[in-house]
Amino acid sequence: MKGTNLGEFEELVLLTVAALTNEAYSVAICDELTSHTKRSVKLGVVHSVLNRLEEKGLVKSQLGEATKARGGKRKRFYQLTALGKSALVRAKSMRDQLWDRIPSLVLKKV
Amino acid sequence: MKPGRPSRGYQPPRWAQRFVEWYCRPELAEDLLGDLNEYFERHVALIGPFRAKLVYVIDAFKFLRPYTARTLDFVNFLITSIMIGSYFRTSVRNVSRNKLFSSINIVGLAISMSVGLLLIAFVHDLLTYDKYNEKGNRIYRITSQAKFREGSPENFATTSLKIGESIQEKLTGVEESTIVTDMFTGDAKVGDNVLPLSGMYAGPSVFNVFTWPLLKGNAVTALKEPYSIVLTETSASRIFGTGDAFGKTVHVDSIGYVVTGIMKDVPFFSHIQFESLVSFSTLETRMLKEPSFITVDKIWERNYVYLLLPESSTPANVQAQLDAICADENKVNDDMQLRLTLLPLFDIVMGEDLLNSIRPVMPGIVLWIIGGLALVVILSACFNYTNLSIARSMRRFKEVGLRKVIGAGRSQVRQQFLAEAVMVSFIALVLSFGLFLVLRPQFISIAPNLLKMVKLEITTPMAFAFVVFALIVGIAAGFLPALFFAKVSAVHALRDSSSVKVFGRLSLRRTLVAVQYTLTLMFITCTMLGYTQYKKILAFDLGFTTANILNVELQHNEPDVLIAKLKALPEVTGISQSRIVTSVGNAWGAYIKYKDPRDSMLVFTNIIDENYIPLHQYHLIAGGNFVTRPATADATSEVIVNEKTLREFNIADRDPEKAVGMEILVNNRKMTIVGVIKDFHYATIDENIKPVAFTYLTPDAYLTRDKRDGVLNVAVSTNDPVATVSKIEQVWNMVDPVHTFQGEFYDDQIEDAYKELSAILKIVGFLSFIAISIASLGLLGMVVFTTETRFREMSIRKVLGASSGSLVVLLSRGFVAMLIVSALIALPTTYLFFEKVVLARFPFHDPIGVVELFAGFFAVLIIAFMMIGSQTLRAARSNPADVLKGE
Repeated sequence: MKGTNLGEFEELVLLTVAALTNEAYSVAICDELTSHTKRSVKLGVVHSVLNRLEEKGLVKSQLGEATKARGGKRKRFYQLTALGKSALVRAKSMRDQLWDRIPSLVLKKV
Repeated sequence: MKPGRPSRGYQPPRWAQRFVEWYCRPELAEDLLGDLNEYFERHVALIGPFRAKLVYVIDAFKFLRPYTARTLDFVNFLITSIMIGSYFRTSVRNVSRNKLFSSINIVGLAISMSVGLLLIAFVHDLLTYDKYNEKGNRIYRITSQAKFREGSPENFATTSLKIGESIQEKLTGVEESTIVTDMFTGDAKVGDNVLPLSGMYAGPSVFNVFTWPLLKGNAVTALKEPYSIVLTETSASRIFGTGDAFGKTVHVDSIGYVVTGIMKDVPFFSHIQFESLVSFSTLETRMLKEPSFITVDKIWERNYVYLLLPESSTPANVQAQLDAICADENKVNDDMQLRLTLLPLFDIVMGEDLLNSIRPVMPGIVLWIIGGLALVVILSACFNYTNLSIARSMRRFKEVGLRKVIGAGRSQVRQQFLAEAVMVSFIALVLSFGLFLVLRPQFISIAPNLLKMVKLEITTPMAFAFVVFALIVGIAAGFLPALFFAKVSAVHALRDSSSVKVFGRLSLRRTLVAVQYTLTLMFITCTMLGYTQYKKILAFDLGFTTANILNVELQHNEPDVLIAKLKALPEVTGISQSRIVTSVGNAWGAYIKYKDPRDSMLVFTNIIDENYIPLHQYHLIAGGNFVTRPATADATSEVIVNEKTLREFNIADRDPEKAVGMEILVNNRKMTIVGVIKDFHYATIDENIKPVAFTYLTPDAYLTRDKRDGVLNVAVSTNDPVATVSKIEQVWNMVDPVHTFQGEFYDDQIEDAYKELSAILKIVGFLSFIAISIASLGLLGMVVFTTETRFREMSIRKVLGASSGSLVVLLSRGFVAMLIVSALIALPTTYLFFEKVVLARFPFHDPIGVVELFAGFFAVLIIAFMMIGSQTLRAARSNPADVLKGE
C-alpha cells in the first residue's frame, strides 16, 4: 500500500526530521543530510520529498515565527507524526530481521 | 508583509521572486521563497552577488514542478469570460464619447498598421516560395564559393558542369541528385509560327526532386532521349495554339525536338522558372559534336545542382564528401580556390544574394531593416495611444474608482483597458486593410524586381496573421494605460480626482513625444539627404556623354542592315556599336601584361567600333582612334587604354604621349596602344576608377558561335523622344519580326542601375510621411488636451490682462522646447549616419548641403506650429466671460 513503504531517500529525510527535533526545516534538513551522507543533496529534491511525506501523513508541518532573515519569509518546521514514527520503526525492524538472518560466516568470507 | 533586506544590501532579482509567487501555490510559496532567499544569502558570501543572482533565477525555474504549480483558477477564468461583454460595451461607449481622441488614435494606428500589413503580406509571400515541393525540406542546392587569385571569395548559385557531374558520380548517401542547366534558348518554329523559346536542360531525375506533375507523358522517360522537350502548359499553348502539342516536333534554331511531355506550369512562388525542359542528354550529344558549345569547368556557367537527401541524412553527412571533391579540384586548379556548400531549398529566396541567382532574392537582412523601420512607425502610433489615454486619465478615475469599490480587482481593470485598446486596434485594422488595398500596387511597383517576386494576394494564413497582428498592436498600445489605471487606489480616485498625481507621468509622456519627433526628423532628413544625393549621382559627370543615346540590344541580328535603315531616319545623328553598355554595373574583363611577364592584372574591357569614342565624346588625351579596321577578331592589334591603366602598369612613366605605340599583352595577344583616354567611370559610381582597355569590334564578332551579341548606340536629336523611339522600333520590326525591340535611353539605364537606391528612398520617404502624420496627430492630441485642461487658467490670466500673444507663447513653449530637443538629437545623428555610413560607400559624392539637412526640420516645425498655433489661439481668443460663467 502506498504510504507504508519508504524509499531510501525518504527514510533518510524522515530520520533527519526526527533527529533535528525542533529545528527541522528544509534548509537545515538539507545541510544535515549533506554533512552525513557526504553527497550533495539538492534543496529541490528535499523539498519535494518533504511535500510527499506530508501527503502520506508521515510528517506534519507548521510555519514558524517571522524573522528578519530569509527576506522576512517564515520557515516551515516539520515534525514526525505517529504514523511516521511507526514507519521508521517498521523499516528499522525489517532491516534488523534481515541482518539477523545473515550467518556471520558469510560476512567474514567477503 | 514587506520583504526585508536579505544580505548586505544585495537583493535577489525581483522578477524571479514575482515569478515564483505567480506560479507557486500560495500555501507553499512563503517557505519556498524563504529557502531560496536563505540560499541566496549564502551564495552572496560564497560566490559573489552576480552568480548568486544567477543561481537564484535558475533555482526559481527548477522549483516549477507539478506539486508546486498552482492549478488553473477557474473562477477567475469564468469571471473574465462573463465580463468580456461588459468590457466591450464600456469600450464602445468610451470610444464614441471622445470622438476627437478616438479618431486620432484610430487613424494613427490604421496608418501605421497598413505598413505592418504590407510587411506581413510581403514576408508571407516570401515564405510561400518553393513550399509546393513535397520533398522540399530535403532538397538542397549547391553553392560554390570561389576565391580567385586576386580578390575576395565570391558566392555563386551555380557550379561548373564538371563538378556537377563528379558530384553525381561520387556522392553516396544521397537519394537523388540533378543538374539543371539554364542555357537553352532559341527561336521555336512550328509551321510558319516563329516564337522565342527558352528553357533548361535537365535529366529525368529532376522530376524525382521537384514536384512538377506531368499532364501528359511519362516522367521516367520524358527527358531520357536526346532532343526531347517537355513544355509547360502555357508555352505549349503559346507555340501550338489550341492544338495538341504532345508527340509533335518543334524546331528550335533548325534542330528538331520531340515534345515528350506537357507539364503543369511551375507555380509563381518558385525560385526556379522556365518555359520548357530539354533532356540533358541533348547537351551531352551536342558537347561531343561541338566541343566549344559549352565550357564545362567554369563555375559561373549557369548550371544548378540540386540534391535530395534521404529522411535519415543531414547536410553534414554530405558536406564531408563535398569537401573531398573540392580538395581534388583545388589541387589541379591554381587560379581558383573552390568550396562547395549546401543551401536548403527553403532558404534560397530569403538567403544571401548569390551571383547567378535564377530569380531575384530578398536577403533576410533587408527584411530585418524594413521590419525595424516599420516597427518604429507602429510603436510611434502605440505611443500616441498610450500618451492620450494617460493624458485623459483624470476623466476616467471616477469610473475606475467605482469599479474598484464594487469589487473589481487589479486584473479586471487591466483587462478592461486592454480590451478597449484591442477594440480600437481592430477598428484600425479595418481601416488599415482598406489602406493596404490602396497601397499594395504602389508598393509592388517601387522596384521592378518586386513585381516579379511577390503578388501580395490575401490568403487564409495571411488574414489570420493580420488579426493576430492587430491583437498584438492593441495589447502593446494598451499595456501602459492598463498598468497605470490598475494601480489607482479607489479611495483617492473617488475622494478627489485632482489629487491623484497624473502629472508625475508628464515626464514620461514628454519623453514619448520627444522620441516620436526625433524618429520623425531622422526619417525625413534621411529622405531629403538621400534624394539630393541620388539626384546628384544621376547627374554625375561620368567622363563621357550619355545624353540622347538610345542603346538597342541586337538580339542575334546582323547589325549592317539595321544600321543602314536607322541611318535613313532624319532624327538619327550617329550610330556606334559596342559589346556592352558601361557605367551601369556591367563588366567585361581581360588579363593584361606589360613588360614583366608574371605581372598580369584584370583590366576592364569593352569591344567597340570606330564610331564609339566620338559618339560618346570620350576625351582622347594622346594618340587617336583605331587606325586599322581588321575584318576578323584574330587580326586586331590595337588597343585604347585609359590613364589609370598607364598608372597601374607604369607604362612609359605614365606619360600618355609616350605610351602611344607601346605594346602590351591582352589575354596573351600582342596589342599596340594607339590612344589614351581620360579616366572615366566604367563601373557605377559607388566604385573607384578602374583600368580600362577598349579593343576593336570586328564584323565577325556576330558570327561567333555563342553570338553573345552587342549593342547599337544610336545618337538621336529630337524634341519628341517617344515618337523617335517608336520610329526606331518600327524599323526594328521590319528587320526582326520575331524578337521584341529592346531599346532604352542611356540616361534611363543609368537611372536603372541605381534602382535599389531609389527603392530604398521611396520606402524611407513613405515611412517618413507616415511618421510625420502620426507624430503630428499625437502632438495635436496633446495640445488639445493641454489647452482644454488649462482653459480656466487662460481665462483668468486674460481677465488679469494677459494678451492673446503671450498666452499662445505660454501654451506652446513646452512643445517647442520638446521639438528643439528632438532636432538636437536627430539632426547630428542623421548627418553622421550619412557622412560615415551611407556616403562612405560612394567615393565620389558631393558634400551634404545645409539646405537639405534643415529642410525636413523646418517642414516638421511648420506643421507642428500650425497644430499648436490653431489650438492655443482658440483658447487664447475665447471670451473669458463664457468660460468662467459656467463654474
